[in-house]
Amino acid sequence: MARDADFVARFHLAYTYKRSTGPVIGRFLTSLREGRLEGVRTASGEVLVPARAYDPRDGRATTDAWVDVGPEGTITTWTWIDAPAAGAPLDAPFAWALVRLDGADTPMLHAVRGPRAAIATGARVRAVFADHREGGIRDLSCFEVIP
Amino acid sequence: MSEPVQRVLGPVALDYTVHAGSVTGAFLEALLDKRLVGRRCPSCAKVFLPPRGACPTCAVPMPEAVEVGQRGVVTTFSVIRIPFDGQVLTPPYAAAHIVLDGADTPLLHIVGECDVDTVRMGMRVEAVWADPIEPTLASVRYFRPTGEPDVAWDAFKEHLG
Ligand SMILES: [Zn+2]
Repeated sequence: MARDADFVARFHLAYTYKRSTGPVIGRFLTSLREGRLEGVRTASGEVLVPARAYDPRDGRATTDAWVDVGPEGTITTWTWIDAPAAGAPLDAPFAWALVRLDGADTPMLHAVRGPRAAIATGARVRAVFADHREGGIRDLSCFEVIP
Repeated sequence: MSEPVQRVLGPVALDYTVHAGSVTGAFLEALLDKRLVGRRCPSCAKVFLPPRGACPTCAVPMPEAVEVGQRGVVTTFSVIRIPFDGQVLTPPYAAAHIVLDGADTPLLHIVGECDVDTVRMGMRVEAVWADPIEPTLASVRYFRPTGEPDVAWDAFKEHLG
């Protein structure tokens, strides 16, 4: 008889990836480090945030026209996280949300600080930047709902 | 800090708990007795080691336990020469697919007690057990060359894929 109840193991699987950003996401992150949100204009005139090298709609390269967006925006959809996992952007319960920044045509995924009752599709939010910024997406700490 | 951003750290990590279940549990139980026990498919008769609960080809349960040999053949291998985060062994070392005598599937393990440059397809190896034994595959410390003549390609080529 197998004593399978005895055979339980804890695993920690981790990879320490370092990624090349490429010039477009690199510029987006450089701006974040400066406390600014920028999008890039596609050949068809839309503003992509986060910036991308190619337009996902038609595959064409995006232009070199950069556009300041935000720092305020609107929640387009969201899900509430009651128990944040290790490594989550916020320790307290928060919402993962798609936020369309003012001036952008696409929403970006980020964390929105609670309270839970303030989170709603259509709610207006504002970017909260980290005090210490290093050129990564976490330079944008989260969004907060504008009362 | 005025340099444009060109790289970002993107660590990913998962913490999880594995319950061995009855099939892997029986395999781990047998390791405590220094035995390697797989499962035989009632349909295609292949012996899986490590065992699985069902044959992935025939999609039928495999209730029959089969003890396989402690010797086997290296069917393919890779020499790891570069360090990486979390690495347990010191490079260079050889990771190999080993099909044990009586098994039809490869076991991924380490080949030790030899120069990595001598590891080759068809090489005969045998299990070297750790002391003490614990219910993990690390209880086989590694496989070492037996010194037997190499196995001909035709005898193991069907076990490569
Ligand atoms: Zn089968």
